[in-house]
Amino acid sequence: MFKKFGKFLIYFFTQFGLATEMIKDSVFWFFKSKLEISQTLQQILKIGVESVPVILMTGLFVGMVLALQAGNTMQNILSEPLYIGLLVGFSLVRELGPVLTAFVIAGRAGAAVTAEIGTMRVTEQIDALSTLGTNPIRYLVIPRLIAFMVSIPILTLFSDIMGIFGGYVVSVEALGVPSHTYISDITTYLGIDDLMHGLIKAISFAFAIGVICCYKGLNTRNGAEGVGKSTTGAVVISMVIILVIDYFLTAILHAFGV
Amino acid sequence: MPLVYSMIKIENLKKHFGSKHILNGVNLEIKDGEVTTIIGGSGTGKSTLIKCIIRLLEPDGGKIIVDGQDITHLNNEFELAKLRKNFGYLFQEGALFDSLTVGENVTFGLKYLTDTPKSDYAKIAREKLALVGLKNIENLRPSELSGGMKKRVSLARVLATNPKVILYDEPTSGLDPIMSEIISQLILDLKHKLGVTSVVITHDMKSAFEISDTLAMLYEGKMQLVASKEEFRRTQNPYVKQFIAGSAIGPIQMKISD
Repeated sequence: MFKKFGKFLIYFFTQFGLATEMIKDSVFWFFKSKLEISQTLQQILKIGVESVPVILMTGLFVGMVLALQAGNTMQNILSEPLYIGLLVGFSLVRELGPVLTAFVIAGRAGAAVTAEIGTMRVTEQIDALSTLGTNPIRYLVIPRLIAFMVSIPILTLFSDIMGIFGGYVVSVEALGVPSHTYISDITTYLGIDDLMHGLIKAISFAFAIGVICCYKGLNTRNGAEGVGKSTTGAVVISMVIILVIDYFLTAILHAFGV
Repeated sequence: MPLVYSMIKIENLKKHFGSKHILNGVNLEIKDGEVTTIIGGSGTGKSTLIKCIIRLLEPDGGKIIVDGQDITHLNNEFELAKLRKNFGYLFQEGALFDSLTVGENVTFGLKYLTDTPKSDYAKIAREKLALVGLKNIENLRPSELSGGMKKRVSLARVLATNPKVILYDEPTSGLDPIMSEIISQLILDLKHKLGVTSVVITHDMKSAFEISDTLAMLYEGKMQLVASKEEFRRTQNPYVKQFIAGSAIGPIQMKISD
């Protein structure tokens, strides 16, 4: 039992150390080599642009369900659907927008990144990169890290806007909230610091997803089975880490008054 | 006896993975402009050996000297890139980049290893593909090629940067007899016309005897015999005799389980 736990701890810290080394190498190569611009743009297309429809859909329905739940609750407690805009806006912009966007991207694009890099590893394409004068950090990891960090904040904004719109539709059409009340709820209470709060989270999640998915891909072993294992691992770890970071970031940002 | 310069000198090389000792004191001298063939059973560490030479793997002990430079523990990426400028590595399964076209694959190394202007890429791709008997396939994807074609495209990619030393990991495996012969002839052509130094890993004894100046047999982490092909044919070394004859009976016991 203790032995198993010890082994797990060693495994955990080894992985953590190696991933940190990958981050260090990424920073080094980011400054020491020319950015692979076409690779980076391709990845922004794959990770960001192609995710727009699914993000719009999830954003819309999250906003709608939030409005519905908040409306019903308020109706029960205060006999009137008050502060719906405030509730929808705050929970979306500060919390659900970044977290759900990160979840969707981890599942959609993160899995694809790990599977692709993992397949390249087991078919020796990663070694081929090195023999041809470049290296996997420069050619694969940096473009993907940048793509995640550019895409996720923008997608988060899309998701926020769609969510607020979805909340508006439900509030006005189903709950009978006057449209100017919903809008003034949002414009009065929601500030630029709430937006920053959400975007700082989005960028942090993006970095975590990028590092985890690239690292898992690069360290794939044992053929097709290994690729499957890495991919599952990357998505699961990304999701857990997103929630862990979310808690601590909320606490830290709150302490700084953001 | 003419003095032949040794391009690569391997002294007492050791490499292990975990508790598995793959290379256990390998000594080998690879002479400039010659074809050296390494034979040995599957899993005896032939690929490990040539991966150490191009420093895709770092040896655990011993020394590798390439062109007078000790590269055993070379870890500076820029120095490694300089080393790899002179090397080509043909991967066993080709290791073509799935995401790029055949043409882009062939010219991939030019960008990183040479100063060739981009306008020459198309011409070089055409030339090198013609060398391996392929035409008009620049715009195909690797997934559209047969196994044999992939291997030849991969060889064209190696040739594109005009390396001084080429390491071949089973260049004829998976090819039909005629194509194998063409590849063997190509290896000899490169030696005679361009003075390329070749290190070939193979199971194909016909090809080995055809192309080699020196043969070396790796068994249990050490070289059993390093000699000319005439000596290899005459040898009384039971391991070598069994391997060349392809006999199941002899001192080499293949591990069938495990």
